[in-house]
Amino acid sequence: MSKYKIYLLGAIAAVIILAVVPVITQREGTLTWFILTLLFIALAQSWNIIGGFAGQINLGHAALFGFGALVARIILPMGVPFVVAMLGGALAAVVLALIIGLPVFRLKGIYFVIGTLVLAEIMRNVFGNMFPNAFTLPMPMIAKYSMVNRYYVFLVVAIIATLACYLIRYSKLGLALMALREEEDAAKTSGVNVARCKLIALVFSAFLAGLAGGAFVYYAVGIHADYIFSPLWTFNSVVIVFVGGLGSIIGPIIGAAFFVLLQEFFILFIPGGFHLIIFGLIFILIVIFLPGGLIQFADGIGNKIRMKYAAK
Amino acid sequence: MLNLLVQSSINGISIGTLYGLVAVGLSLIFGVMKVLNVAYGEFVVLGGYISFWLLTFFHIDPFLSIPLVAILLFIVGSILYKTILANVSSMQEDLRLKNSLLITFGLSLMTPQIFTAVWTADVRSITPAYSGTSLAIFDYRIGFIPLLSIITCLIIVFALQLFLNKTYFGKSVVATSQSWKGARIVGINVDRTYLITFGIGLAIAGIAGVMIGLIQSLTPVVGMHWTLKALIVVVLAGMGNLWGALIAGIILGIAEAVGVIYMGQYASVIGLVFFLLILMFRPQGLFGKS
Repeated sequence: MSKYKIYLLGAIAAVIILAVVPVITQREGTLTWFILTLLFIALAQSWNIIGGFAGQINLGHAALFGFGALVARIILPMGVPFVVAMLGGALAAVVLALIIGLPVFRLKGIYFVIGTLVLAEIMRNVFGNMFPNAFTLPMPMIAKYSMVNRYYVFLVVAIIATLACYLIRYSKLGLALMALREEEDAAKTSGVNVARCKLIALVFSAFLAGLAGGAFVYYAVGIHADYIFSPLWTFNSVVIVFVGGLGSIIGPIIGAAFFVLLQEFFILFIPGGFHLIIFGLIFILIVIFLPGGLIQFADGIGNKIRMKYAAK
Repeated sequence: MLNLLVQSSINGISIGTLYGLVAVGLSLIFGVMKVLNVAYGEFVVLGGYISFWLLTFFHIDPFLSIPLVAILLFIVGSILYKTILANVSSMQEDLRLKNSLLITFGLSLMTPQIFTAVWTADVRSITPAYSGTSLAIFDYRIGFIPLLSIITCLIIVFALQLFLNKTYFGKSVVATSQSWKGARIVGINVDRTYLITFGIGLAIAGIAGVMIGLIQSLTPVVGMHWTLKALIVVVLAGMGNLWGALIAGIILGIAEAVGVIYMGQYASVIGLVFFLLILMFRPQGLFGKS
């Protein structure tokens, strides 16, 4: 059996298992845990496109997520189906990406990192002041709130994000992005339209982030504009991608599962905010000792086992 | 109206010199080590809290506690460098940037919790006996503490400039910032230079923290806010430009203080928008050479 077929079977099995989770258990705690994992898979994959494939450390991801969430939140009470609201949010994020893309990509290296961070802070400041009150879901929606519904929404969003990442990774665009990540000038000389490729990557990244934002406001009952633009959304995505494995497809999935597992585990056993101390520490250790992320660690072990068999 | 503008500008200058000082430390660390320390603001807060304790428990005047705070923060910086950053600092430059960003982000996740545990989540400010007094200059008033703080900031930036340009060790720091490979070839101990630079950077953060605790207030979560302010000023001024950072800080301080009159709570956006514009049209900063 080829490697490709094994991956395909694995992916189908994983989707089927995830799809039957709500049939097995409807405990809210368990479902919340899965929902958070799926949300972070979607966010991490969307960041992976711009950060992992194109190599642009975008610290303004919260702006895309937050804007998608905000627009979806405004459309939602108008009586349209929530899928329309989610798509509206995703498209709004795309529009934002097109507007900020051109000026932001003029920045290089450290300036790009800081510039995108500041951009997200501007959005947080403006929208946080513009909408000082918390948004709540419309009353009829709260009345028939169902966790299982939300679970499937997030499952679909996470699958879309992963699939999009996979398709981009093995497309001509993906090749161009990885070429410009390694050496921008060399990519340019080989005929890659660097500016256009970066912008397309940002648009895909924004669409997925906006979709995740739309799903999030459908899930959260009450939410503050300040919160959906919080830099934490960016940092969590970045952390997950780096911990899992930058620029790989499975990496962000492993990273998200690990991240949520660790976070929920420590919240359970250590009261107060102390889980963050241990979490930060583990995170620092991973960056220092496993710079390729967990995926590289797993690959390393896999190779060792294979070498052993080959020797026999 | 003019009175209000001038008075606001005076307040802006006192906050602005602090923005400048915070930025000088961050700029030093980035310029020399090519390491982005997003936990920088956390050490500003730490410095303020230490001074708060020194005043509360030992009745040491905040301004006299500055050398003590600086030494403590230098030690903290050296330990942090040896434990978590030494590894990163021997990497290639683009990897350094990414990994240091992640490591210091991990650090900035931890510190607010530690601060909350030690100093509680209450808003703290450092209030010596003279904190309410002010001096009159013509029709305008400037607080005694803001005035002292401006002078302290100037002295520290001046001393740092002197250290970098005149002493043997300072020159080795400048050489390392220009090319660490070249510095290593001519026999400079790059690792030790990094250690001391990081220590000095954090000491400056701590000193700024003392005066921020005096003029504004401290909570465990304001660290990120100060990191962001420092980053903005550093980029405005251009990397590795000490006096430029101070002037850019003052400009930002005045812009915000005057902006509050016209824009209310949106004032902090001015600085940010201003910053993005500069970034786009003068990526080398206001005072940087292209």
